[in-house]
Amino acid sequence: MSPRIFNIASNTFREAVRDRVLYNLIAFALLMSGAAIFVGQISIGIERLVVINLGLTAVSLFGIVIAIFIGIALVSKEIDRRTLYTILSRPVRRWEFIAGKFLGLAGTLTVNTAFMALGVFAALFYVSHKFEQSDVWILVALYFIILQFVIVTALALLFSSFSSPLLSAVFAFSLFVIGSFAEDLRGFAAMTHGPQGWLATAAAYVVPNFSALNIISSVAHGEAVAGRLILYNTAYALTYVLMALCGSVLIFERRNLK
Amino acid sequence: MKPSPQVTMFATAMLILCMGGSTLLLHQVDQTRNKATLKDTLYISSPKALKRMSLGYDGLLADIYWTRAVQYFGGHHASDGEYTLLAPLLTITTTLDPKLLPAYEFGSNFLSPKPPDGAGKPKEAVKLVEYGIRHNPDQWRLYFNLGFVYYMELNDPAKAADAFLRGSQLPDAHPWLTLLAARMAGAAGDVKTARMMWGATYDTSNDKMVRANAAAHLKALQVDDDVNALDSIIARYQLTTGRAPSSFSDLIRAGLLPGIPVDPIGNPYALTRDGRIEVRDPDKLPFIRLGKPLGYKAPDVPKLPLE
Repeated sequence: MSPRIFNIASNTFREAVRDRVLYNLIAFALLMSGAAIFVGQISIGIERLVVINLGLTAVSLFGIVIAIFIGIALVSKEIDRRTLYTILSRPVRRWEFIAGKFLGLAGTLTVNTAFMALGVFAALFYVSHKFEQSDVWILVALYFIILQFVIVTALALLFSSFSSPLLSAVFAFSLFVIGSFAEDLRGFAAMTHGPQGWLATAAAYVVPNFSALNIISSVAHGEAVAGRLILYNTAYALTYVLMALCGSVLIFERRNLK
Repeated sequence: MKPSPQVTMFATAMLILCMGGSTLLLHQVDQTRNKATLKDTLYISSPKALKRMSLGYDGLLADIYWTRAVQYFGGHHASDGEYTLLAPLLTITTTLDPKLLPAYEFGSNFLSPKPPDGAGKPKEAVKLVEYGIRHNPDQWRLYFNLGFVYYMELNDPAKAADAFLRGSQLPDAHPWLTLLAARMAGAAGDVKTARMMWGATYDTSNDKMVRANAAAHLKALQVDDDVNALDSIIARYQLTTGRAPSSFSDLIRAGLLPGIPVDPIGNPYALTRDGRIEVRDPDKLPFIRLGKPLGYKAPDVPKLPLE
């Protein structure tokens, strides 16, 4: 990584921390401790399941919200504050700016997820008094959640490179929802024929497949995750992120910033 | 700029006052709405629609619906004994997460027993557990649950035997299943088999509530056995002496009893003037059929002594 990209990334991380993004950890801690203490009293037989399901769902949703709302402001804030002109007047290329911003937010989300993961495991230990061998798959689920975040961050950046923050948020969130239905989209595509079928198939492959990255329910039951799935999901997420970042760079390179 | 102390104090006082006021008002609102509008409702009754709407977070939604089912059962068990929404809640739960085993194990126990102990819907319980077996064919406990419902609630030893047999063929099946499958062959409604079933439940479960429930049923079966045995001793005494015993001492003196008989929780049985056998603390012996004091009304929700 070039020092310029690293500097932009570290500044983005610092800015996110200054913007009190990590405050969501307090809400998360309260949620986890509440679940760990109270679920045993209001339900039967699912203490561990709730801690894993609730913990990972909260990690995912908190992160998606952060990725969208910080991601859409990464470029527009710099334009509004006019700091972008200062940055670009130095020997920083536009693509380096996009890459740095992306890596900064991805780093913030990873650190945030790491703290939340500690909370999930602490709550799990509180309810079970021990860890099981299958708990290692929770780490894989967390890794897949981070992959979701990087895709959403890249998409938010892509939309914010040509649209207003509000519209970018709407687009990114809509794509997240549609991507969660990716398996259904495939099903619909398989049922239709002719040009509509091709269109549906194309749409099913263009939208990000978030459902393949959501294995919360299966790891909650201690099911193992195939090594090939980890490999393919990683490759898929990286390819998708690269695609979205290339789109951002292409648009941002041509954007008239005057 | 320094904050004004007056404004700070006023705002703090107002904040606390409004917080208290809103709590009181909400309490009043709840009182007004009580029972009139706060009915149990399933806003979305289609499990498939809910699964789609969960955006992939169906595991958490299943946990929420399972907790709702538990709360629903508990609430209605303690009040009106109406369980209209229990089966739909369990269907939604298990559609959202077909691997949620507690929903089958406890759910069948909520659905199958006759009221007031359950919803009195054993066929729904069979449907639920069959669905569970289809999605978790390697879980021997589900076959045990299925056989249990067939035998205890539907009085169908043949189907119970089939369920136990299917379960016993699984690699890690508990040895109880083979014994129960064999036992079913010649058993229809006998106490020995019922004791065996509850014994198996007690031995094979790790859940303290399930074990407490099984222990309470085993104690109730013991009381039934004791009362039947004591009744026949009293009848024999009456036959030989021509009068009813006034106390257990008469039976001991006649050599029919070795001492004062005690119930499974250690209290001595009572012999009433009209020759009936009663337990002294029926609240601690839920599920007993015989030996209840005259006019005794069991609590709506039996208290299970947890181990």
